[in-house]
Amino acid sequence: MTKERKTPLLDELEQGPWPSFVTEIKKEADRPMAHDLLGILERSYADRVSHWKHGGLVGVMGYGGGVIGRYSDLPEEFPAVKEFHTFRVNQPSAWFYTSDALRTLCDIWEKHGSGLTNMHGSTGDIIFLGSSSAALEPCFAELSHHGWDLGGSGSNMRTPSCCVGPARCEWACYDTLAACYDITQAFQDELHRPFFPYKYKFKFAGCPNDCVASIARSDCSIIGTWRDDIQVDQAKVGEYARSGTDIQSEVCNLCPTRCMSWDGRELAIDNSNCVRCMHCINVLAKALKPGKQRGATILVGSKAPIIGGALLSSVLVPFLEMKPPYDDLKELTAAIWELWGEHGKNRERVGEFIQRVGLGNFLDGIGLDPVPEMVMHPRTNPYIFFEDELDDDAGNA
Amino acid sequence: MTEFQRQTDIGPPHYERFLPPIVKKNYGAWDHHELLRPGVMVHVAASGDRLYTVRVGTPRLLAVTTIRQFADLADAYCDGYLRWTSRNNVEFLLTDPAKIDPLIRDVQALGYPVGGTGNQISSIVHTQGWVHCHSSASDASGVVKSVMDRLFPYFTGSKSLPSKLRVAYACCLNMCGAVHCSDIAILGVHTKAPVISHSDLPKMCEIPTLIASCPTGAIRPATVNGKPSVEIEAGQCMYCGNCYTVCPACRINNPESDGLSIWVGGKVSNARTTPQFSKLVVPFMPNNPPRWPEVVDAVERIVTIYAGNARKHERMGEWINRIGWPRFFKLTGFEFTKYHIDDFRHAGETYNRTAQLRHERGS
Repeated sequence: MTKERKTPLLDELEQGPWPSFVTEIKKEADRPMAHDLLGILERSYADRVSHWKHGGLVGVMGYGGGVIGRYSDLPEEFPAVKEFHTFRVNQPSAWFYTSDALRTLCDIWEKHGSGLTNMHGSTGDIIFLGSSSAALEPCFAELSHHGWDLGGSGSNMRTPSCCVGPARCEWACYDTLAACYDITQAFQDELHRPFFPYKYKFKFAGCPNDCVASIARSDCSIIGTWRDDIQVDQAKVGEYARSGTDIQSEVCNLCPTRCMSWDGRELAIDNSNCVRCMHCINVLAKALKPGKQRGATILVGSKAPIIGGALLSSVLVPFLEMKPPYDDLKELTAAIWELWGEHGKNRERVGEFIQRVGLGNFLDGIGLDPVPEMVMHPRTNPYIFFEDELDDDAGNA
Repeated sequence: MTEFQRQTDIGPPHYERFLPPIVKKNYGAWDHHELLRPGVMVHVAASGDRLYTVRVGTPRLLAVTTIRQFADLADAYCDGYLRWTSRNNVEFLLTDPAKIDPLIRDVQALGYPVGGTGNQISSIVHTQGWVHCHSSASDASGVVKSVMDRLFPYFTGSKSLPSKLRVAYACCLNMCGAVHCSDIAILGVHTKAPVISHSDLPKMCEIPTLIASCPTGAIRPATVNGKPSVEIEAGQCMYCGNCYTVCPACRINNPESDGLSIWVGGKVSNARTTPQFSKLVVPFMPNNPPRWPEVVDAVERIVTIYAGNARKHERMGEWINRIGWPRFFKLTGFEFTKYHIDDFRHAGETYNRTAQLRHERGS
């Protein structure tokens, strides 16, 4: 048992009703790493700066990612966290676990590291916070022996993640868990050995509600949708109306294309103008369902601000059937990686690459035809770079 | 040498190993779901089977001690099955509704709250901050804890909201949490150009890589005291910290000038309106640990005014679009400044190019 640390600033954060990360760290503080983590964190609270330095190259043999190197700038004062590297452990699809699987992970991490985790990191991995350099190999050996592998870091495919999908959601328009697992397994080399210009993230969302925020934070956003008509149970729409839902104001008036009308008896939908926003289905969950011809819209390019400003993903394929073995998605991905891999600059995300070369040129490069769904509207400026082959056709139309 | 069989490129374990029997049986055949009370949902399958979910808030940073306690609860009430959500909540999956109340009692006794469903505030997704990150402008977990302590009634459901409200926190512009499309985003910001240690730089950094790292071209080669180094054109720096990530001798962390900013009105869902970025409300608030009272007050003010003024189903950004930004600033009392006007790429697209304005009658 190590001597108790004085942490008056952090102790303030054990007050109040929301569960405290300080309490979590203290639960493991009878061992040196969490004990010294409390010390260095208290110092940051007093100094109002971080006391971590980056990286340096650390990792496990044969992999170029999966471990984030971290060193402190106060190694003498807090020797147990002098090295405090992070493991990213690839989570199972949709973060389902059994109690036994969790106990195995806890046993491994208690033996080799701080005993502190993030459940989960922003990209989706199980995060093991705080390992020494010497513990990396034995920890990985034991993890992989038990069937767990590392996730991505650096300029590689990052760990794909997905929503709960058909495992527990009636709105899933494709099997997000299966697609996420399949893509993760198909691209193990790209996940573990960085050779891209920068990171490349996949997120699988089962419907346009997008519970995994794929449109904001994945280079490839796969968002479930449908092609045919919304399934309507008129009797159940009536039950909603009788039990207090104002169908006109809460459903019809909030439809983005005003494609619905309600006469008090029947909800009529002009499905040709439905943009699959999900609002009516969210509100009338028992009465309305997505159609039966289901698949996904593929969008590309979202990212946080660094470097060229934040981007949302934009449409690349309006509708793709998402059926195993997902050959269409894999071929599209291979074409994107080849083009971006060859022409992308160092630390240039694919969304920034598309902004730089232009979506039209990007489509040429990956062999996809332009369609109007890809833009909000056609260009408004006349600065068109006409290409040479047009010369032959000019005037002959 | 080792007792363990080391393997590579095996990928994650197959998810089917972890699915409860009721999920396997009704996979892809769920009919609808209902919120029974804050934090408790039932999903009803076409077969008639009913799966109950109890959603529990966590600080994301979890000790193995806690994870083992959750595992024990899953054994006691859920045949050993549980999952996590994309917002760091734990979900216990039950088939017997009689076990819901005992489970909630046990999980609350451990100190973890039940809630975060429907039109409640779910857990704040966040980054590492001072717990583990080199470029953070502030802590993450401490700000999140302080804000959630204040917003707690909105998580447990004792206070209600017109629609979903997603709060996110990132401790620098790198935004590991991608907070830029949240109803309320709290973002750590540096506000001064990095300070260069010319004695360390030649030893620690590759100068061409360092120069290439700057998105605005503010870093130039220079010779200082006869040694190769760089100089930074401070007027061109927008404090992204990219140079510090590639070169530790360009220290950007600064206790006086680092702080927090607040952004509102973003969303990722396609429901009703298209996905939107969050927009700036407060450019800078001081870094004031351990409780960041200025930030907590500002977030609570925004939530309270939204809750009192928005219509049913209206997200933060949809409400603001209806009433207009001038009215939002007037209602919330935050000052509109030069800093709120975009001056980065494509800034002109955010200028108001219409005479459609809301005016107030003169006195």
